[in-house]
This record gives sequence, C-alpha cells and structure tokens, in this order.
Amino acid sequence: MRGWLSMIDFLVAPFEFGFMQRALLGGVLVAAVCALVGTYVVLRGLAFVGDALAHAAFPGVVIAYLFKGNIYLGATIFALATALAIGLVSRRSRVSYDTAIGILFAGAFALGVLLMSTIHGYTVDLFSFLFGNVLGVSTRDLLLVGFLAAMVVLTIILFYKELLLLCFDPVVAEAMGYPVQALNYLLLGLIALTIVISIQAVGIILVVALLVTPSATAYLLTERFFRMMILGVLLAALAAVIGLYLSYYLNVASGAAIVLVSTCLFFLVLASRRLRVARSPRG
Amino acid sequence: MDKKPWQYCLEVRDLTAGYENTPAIEGVTFAIPPGQMVGVIGPNGAGKSTLFKAILGLIPRQQGEILLHEAPALDQRAMMGYLPQLEEINRAFPVSVEDVVMMGRYPRVGWCRRPGPEDEQAVHQALTRVDLVSHARAQIGRLSGGQQQRAFLARVLAQDPHLLLLDEPVSGVDATTQHAIFALLEEMRKSGKTVVVATHDLNCVIERFDQVLCLNRRLIAYGPPREVFREDTLDRTYGNHLMIVQVEDRRVVVADEHGH
Repeated sequence: MRGWLSMIDFLVAPFEFGFMQRALLGGVLVAAVCALVGTYVVLRGLAFVGDALAHAAFPGVVIAYLFKGNIYLGATIFALATALAIGLVSRRSRVSYDTAIGILFAGAFALGVLLMSTIHGYTVDLFSFLFGNVLGVSTRDLLLVGFLAAMVVLTIILFYKELLLLCFDPVVAEAMGYPVQALNYLLLGLIALTIVISIQAVGIILVVALLVTPSATAYLLTERFFRMMILGVLLAALAAVIGLYLSYYLNVASGAAIVLVSTCLFFLVLASRRLRVARSPRG
Repeated sequence: MDKKPWQYCLEVRDLTAGYENTPAIEGVTFAIPPGQMVGVIGPNGAGKSTLFKAILGLIPRQQGEILLHEAPALDQRAMMGYLPQLEEINRAFPVSVEDVVMMGRYPRVGWCRRPGPEDEQAVHQALTRVDLVSHARAQIGRLSGGQQQRAFLARVLAQDPHLLLLDEPVSGVDATTQHAIFALLEEMRKSGKTVVVATHDLNCVIERFDQVLCLNRRLIAYGPPREVFREDTLDRTYGNHLMIVQVEDRRVVVADEHGH
C-alpha cells in the first residue's frame, strides 16, 4: 500500500509545478502532431526534407529574435519559403531533389548562424531553439501551438484521402486529374508547420526524430494506414511523457530525453518483431 | 448526363509528345468510336506508353489535340481509367486491397468527403469481378503479381470511366489471369466502355480486338486487324522481324527467326 502511494507520488509530484503541466501538455501535443504528419514523411521518404525545413527555419527564428518579433512567425515564413524553393529549384533545373535540399538548407542554416554571431552577449534563448526546451513553454506558446496543431489536424482530416492517394500512387493520382504538384506543396506546408510547432519543445536539430521515429515504429506494427497514424500518435505521446519524467528526475535535457525514449521504443519494437519472425516457422 | 450518342469516344489529332527535343511520338491522328476495343501494338520504344501518358497529361505535349467526347480530355481525366505498365508503388505501403480499389472512387466521392455505402458497394462489385473478394483485407504487397494486377484493374473498374487505357495489362502475369483480364475487358466493351490496350500479343489482338493501332513513333496503320495485319504493315511497324502464317482458317503472327 505504501509502495503504491509512493509510486503515485512519484508520478504526480512533477506536475504540481505549473511549468511541468505546460510541458506535459505541450510535449504530448507536439509529439502527437509530429507522428500524424510523420506518417506521410515516413511513407514518402521525406525525412531529409523534414530535417532541411527544420534547419531552414533557424534564420527566421534569429531574425525574429533580433527584431523582437514573433519567433513562430519568423520560423513559419522561412520554413514555408524553403519548402517552395526546394520544389522550384528541383523542377526548374537539372539539379536533383536531394541536392536542391542540401544546397538550400545548409545555406539557410548558415544564414541563421551568421546572424546569431552578430548578437553580442546572451544567446542562451537561441540555443534553446536549437536543442529545445519544453520546460520553458509559456501559456501563450501553448495557445499558439494548440491553434497551429488544430490547423494541421483539420487539414489532414479534410484532405485525408487525397494525401493517401498522393503518397501511395502519385502517377495514378495525376492521371485521375488530381493537382499532384499542389498536393505535394500542401504536404510540404504541413511538414513545415509541424516543425514550427515543435521547435520550442525539441529544437531544430532534433525535430526530425519526432517526425520519423514514432511513425516508423508504428509502421513496424501495422499494415493499415489509419492504424499507423493512431499508433504513431500514441507512441509519440508515450515517449513525451516518459521523456518528461526522465528530464525531471534525472535533470537532463527534455527534448533529448523525449527523442531518446522514442528511439528506444523503436529498437524495442524492432527487436521484438525480429524475435517473433525468428520463432515463427514460416517467417 | 447527356444521352446523345457520341460519334467518337476518343479523338487524337496530330499529336506530338515526349520530353524536350526528342518527341517519342509524332503527328499521331486517330479516332475511336464508343464501345470499341482497340489494341495498340508496336516494338519496344515505339511510343505506346507515351501515347497513353500524353492522353492523360502525364508527359508534355508539343502539339496536337486530344478530345474525349468532343471536349478536351485533360478537363475530364476522372473519366479515363489508367492502368500503368508498371505500378511504381511501395509494395509495403500500409493499405489493403479494398483500400486500393476504393482509391478509384475518390474522383467521384469528391474533395473533402468520405466514401459512402454506394462507394463500398462499387468496390465490392469490382473485387467480385476480378475474383479478389476473399483477399479484400489483405495488405496489397502480400498478393501475387497477377493478383496485384487484378487489384489495380479493379481500381479502374471502381472508377467507372468511359475510356480505359491499359498499358500492357497482361505482360508478366500467368495465363489464368491473362484470360480473366481479357474476359473482363470484353464485358466492359459490351457495357459500352471504350477499351484501349497496349500489348505485345498480336494473336490475341487478331482474335479479340475490333481495331488495331500500329505505332512506331508515327502512326503506321489503324483499322480492323484483318485489314491491318499484312506483311507490309507489320514490316513497317516492327522492321522485318515478324511474319504472318495462315493456319487453317486462322491467321497467326510469328517471329521471323532470320530477322532477329
């Protein structure tokens, strides 16, 4: 009985603090949206694109910081502009898609670093955008993240079947008359927005992990698209919660903790699948 | 729907299409009346796939006009069902066979709507026609090659188009599937659909098709198989690699061993 009580105490204690409540809400929300959009990222092989858009958002954050503007707005503008540019550069020249991404994201990130180096003195805030700090989420941040997350979810609900067709069979989608280019940009836009939402929680450098890892884990567990989405969301939320406890009790960086838990879940599932395959006679 | 009988289902006028400076087909003109089954033949690289892709707007068109029921085909692409030569899909994609067939319904369902009971029924019917009802819930990649081809054909059926463009639907599938597919196409034609099939099986074209279209970058000949299948036409289509043999009352095309 006392064991149970102390267990409950162990689980509840961190959330007596307002900042931990906000972190829980923010962390779970961000992880869930990432997994939702991550389903498309994993199935279309867009991990590199996601990583690039995240890095490309950095100069937007720095500029907004310099001019005391809204950093979410700055990040959104740069991420969306890069999404557009990637599409244009790869379509208008002989440069391949991943080369175009490599050129643009490194260039944009360098611009961010260059601008940051002009700021004298305190740049701790900016570092938190690189590595994330879900413990620093304010109520205002939460409202904004909640609003943007709702937009992403609504868009996915509205264009669910078109995006599914685009990911599964873009050639037939185009043959049926769907505006495949526009749908591609819509998907890139969703990824960009998701990244913007996630910057505060896990940081620019680790966002890609939340975009792909829970969804990839879910992909190992199911052969249905919708179930993959839901499983991914649950796995991501679980990783966010466990990560927060780790961060609180071990006093380690929250974003990194969430990502590492997610990575561990992936390898756990992978190993258990391998074991099952090895045991079953027909493989 | 307009019930007026159309003179032609598909009209292609002076079509030149392909990438940049090297069009794969040039100056192709033909017209197909509704309810016909047309075989498109020609050697590899003759532009059979290009013709289909140009009709569907999947590759650039340099010149010419494509009409479906007397209106630009590109404005009514949902009315054309397409089976690519090779489905370039991720076979491990998490969708079931019935999910794939349901995709054929998407244009009819429309934007921002969910498929209804009517669509479920259409999917079930399509699966019945290709004999895949028992596999409806299987993940698409778990089917054999022939079964997958039938599943993609079921998607075209569920789409319920006026015109079917099938790019080598029977190459690489077993004889049973091949037979089932042609039986199905004949049913489609009887129900008034126009069916255009690219194929390498010339004997099948002689036996089953109303018209044959010989293509080798340009249109070589277009007409009923009995008129078109003459030595000189086949020579111009394939080079001197084929010959026609009369076996009792059947005409059979065979590869000329000296030509190869």
